[in-house]
Amino acid sequence: MNRYPVWKYAIIVIAMLLGVVYTLPNFFGEAPAVQVSSGKATIKVDTQTLQKVEDALKAAAVNAQTVTLEGGSIRARFENTDEQLKAKDAIQKALTPEGADPQYVVALNLVSRSPAWLTSLHASPMYLGLDLRGGVHFMLQVDMQAALTQKVESITGDLRSLLREKDVRHGGISRNGQAIEIRLRDAQQLEAAKRVLSAQFADLQTQEVAEGTEFRLTASIKPEAARKVQEQALKQNITTLHNRINELGVAEPVIQQQGLDRIVVQLPGVQDTAKAKDILGRTATLEVRMVDESTEARGAEQAGGIVPFGAERYLERDGRPLIVKKQVVLTGDNLTDAQPGFDGQTQEPVVNLTLDAKGARIFKDVTRDNVGKRMAIILFEKGKGEVVTAPVIRAEIGGGRVQISGRMTTAEANDTALLLRAGSLAAPMEIIEERTIGPSLGAENIAKGFNSVTWGFLVIVAFMVVYYAMFGLFSGIALGVNLLFLVAILSMLQATLTLPGMAAMALALGMAIDSNVLINERVREELRNGVSPQAAIHAGYDRAWATIFDSNITTLIAGVALLAFGSGPVRGFAVVHCIGILTSMFSAVFFSRGLVNLWYGGKKKLKSVSIGTVWRPEGGSAVKAD
Amino acid sequence: MELFKIRKDIPFMKHALVFNAISFITFAMAVFFLFTKGLHLSVEFTGGTLMEVSYSQPADLNKVRGTVSTLGFSEVQVQNFGTARDVMIRLPAQKGVSSAQQSEKVLTALKADNAEVTLRRTEFVGPQVGDELAQDGLKALAFVVIGIVIYLAIRFEWKFAVSAIIANLHDVIIILGFFAFFQWEFSLAVLAAVLAVLGYSVNESVVIFDRIRENFRRYRKMNTVEIIDNAITSTISRTIITHGSTQIMVLSMLLFGGETLHYFAMALTIGILFGIYSSVFVAAAIAMWLGIQREDLIKPLKKDNDPGDENSGAVV
Repeated sequence: MNRYPVWKYAIIVIAMLLGVVYTLPNFFGEAPAVQVSSGKATIKVDTQTLQKVEDALKAAAVNAQTVTLEGGSIRARFENTDEQLKAKDAIQKALTPEGADPQYVVALNLVSRSPAWLTSLHASPMYLGLDLRGGVHFMLQVDMQAALTQKVESITGDLRSLLREKDVRHGGISRNGQAIEIRLRDAQQLEAAKRVLSAQFADLQTQEVAEGTEFRLTASIKPEAARKVQEQALKQNITTLHNRINELGVAEPVIQQQGLDRIVVQLPGVQDTAKAKDILGRTATLEVRMVDESTEARGAEQAGGIVPFGAERYLERDGRPLIVKKQVVLTGDNLTDAQPGFDGQTQEPVVNLTLDAKGARIFKDVTRDNVGKRMAIILFEKGKGEVVTAPVIRAEIGGGRVQISGRMTTAEANDTALLLRAGSLAAPMEIIEERTIGPSLGAENIAKGFNSVTWGFLVIVAFMVVYYAMFGLFSGIALGVNLLFLVAILSMLQATLTLPGMAAMALALGMAIDSNVLINERVREELRNGVSPQAAIHAGYDRAWATIFDSNITTLIAGVALLAFGSGPVRGFAVVHCIGILTSMFSAVFFSRGLVNLWYGGKKKLKSVSIGTVWRPEGGSAVKAD
Repeated sequence: MELFKIRKDIPFMKHALVFNAISFITFAMAVFFLFTKGLHLSVEFTGGTLMEVSYSQPADLNKVRGTVSTLGFSEVQVQNFGTARDVMIRLPAQKGVSSAQQSEKVLTALKADNAEVTLRRTEFVGPQVGDELAQDGLKALAFVVIGIVIYLAIRFEWKFAVSAIIANLHDVIIILGFFAFFQWEFSLAVLAAVLAVLGYSVNESVVIFDRIRENFRRYRKMNTVEIIDNAITSTISRTIITHGSTQIMVLSMLLFGGETLHYFAMALTIGILFGIYSSVFVAAAIAMWLGIQREDLIKPLKKDNDPGDENSGAVV
């Protein structure tokens, strides 16, 4: 009655083997490595790059343990951190010559020391969360209203020029919040304006109001189109963040959309957190506008007089005021790249801008009409604008390649380029959650979590063995197997292990032993009632199962709730908690029964089982069952 | 080894009123402290900045407090964290100042004072996130309560479901009461612990209810009170041993887990201790008062053709 068919043992053996294989990588530790990944969507890391890296290492006489190309990035493993740093310099020099546009990200990283055969089975160590390995976590909120307002503003400009082109006379176009108001003198012009709008601006919906003899046409963005604008804004911001983070050289950054308007950024292992925050937190948008060159504007600039209508006052970086027209020529949307460089003739530091097709067209028109005048590039950070540079237009510029020059040092050119690149955010963002964990704290947290689990485990096993003798030993082994499965599954899923996750692991073990206690107590009770040992084992497992199942389900309900509604640390806890409950049902019931069956099942005339003292009240004294 | 040598069923239900009175008084006190003192919520809920810095020598808290307060923050909390060398600084959320600026400013000021200070971690939570977290926490609690009630109502009977959830919610309130009384920091991790305890201590009630159901089948002559007494008596040793072993783990976290896991483990400890009490003394008593009887659990016709009932074979 207490025998397992062969297939049940086969399941146990296979599960154990898988458990061991996937748990193994966690024991090898990590080696310093250099990781090379693509810095741009158009650049692929391939075998050619691999060759370059290997050559660079050979040339620098740095000995790499392994150099592998996997999943679009190259990882070179080294014996110690000295070699690692030397190798990083060598690779960086080979792949990204100074001053040029960096096409690859060369970053320091840690990789598992586990042997190749394990890696080929996709067995890798658990993925450690930021609180265990150190790093920065940000949650950024994208200001969608600002994205929409900006879109409406640029449509207003387009509309104005289009109406002029089509010869529709109007009494003024203005933006009112997120709506565009057009005043029209008569019904004929109204019809003409409506025709233009419906033909050219499919994203707008219109509404007309008669005001005496005049008409007012209000255009607003359709909800579908607004949603699209928001989606695009989010996507562009994520791309921009990618670019900014590439400049930081982080090995495995995580940049993810969360919800409709949030972005989560995780930078594991980043030491210089201040710089990371600085680069990410630079929530800037860019606008190109014409400088107002009228005499009133000059006066306002110098004497602080009244700013002319249709213009605004901004400060240049050296603090001088500049009067700039309100109308926006270009926004950061149209800027695809900005790089520092040197002028071919004068050897003066310059910034090279690349515009997209639409931007290039607009820029060509504007520069043609305004030769000799100044244009201002304004950077908006948190609603405040600052003129980055206000160069004079020397000639018509076509082709979308723009060079900004003039009394810049190399450092200033670098700075301006970075600011301009950073400026290509579609909508402003704000950090709404931030977590920074120093690397030493991470290591301490691992030790704390590890100690908690180890000591708790040892004490429980010791107690079980003392209290339940042989059955206690079985329970202890089952608990060890539970831990093995838990770690194996976490490694397999590459779920992120955090300190709360380690706490959940400890708690899962504490709760898992519950099932074994339930079984052992039940077996003792059956023995106390005078049932034969084999029947007692059978009844003990059978009857305890219903209770174990019920109680695990209620715990699982709590775990699922945490998983569904929790975020951050709670999620890390919930994942391990839920997996722990599932593995405990397997190990505490199925596996431990297997052990018991193996030990006792074959003995037909079993007189006693070793389950500690079975005390019988009738006899008045304890009877040892073994 | 056997710790529990109980000769006769202990008449728990005779004293049900006393147990429930104790429980009710503790509960009332917990509610009282929750309302008068309130929870000391962590920055995760309130929004704000938390910084942990470390000195090479034991830190002079007053000096740190002085340095930080010169920066113009109101309501700054400065306290030791774990060891005398580690200091935790809590800054309230400020409008218009990003967290990056806040923590940088503080660190620069502290560095100017003592160059040896190092930043161990910072945590910044915007006010809107804090509100969401509090809401999500309440949603999770509601989900757990409703989920458990439905499950127990299906598996057992609504009277059991209601009494189990009352008994265990009272544990939750008592844990919160402790946190309010001692003004321990209530963080997300503690919330997770509270919900885990809720799921866990319902276990206890489930074990006893399982036994009550079995006893109703087995001992046809016993009345409800006797059946409940017998069920509790025969499960008490496993109740205490399992909670004891879970507590060993929690204790290990309390000892080795450091400051971060301290309150998490604390919440679990209180939850486990009161979990024993409430499921043993309170849940069954409430079920008894709700008028649980044999017919609620054993539907004579249905039982025989219900293959899903694991206990259908357990008849003597």
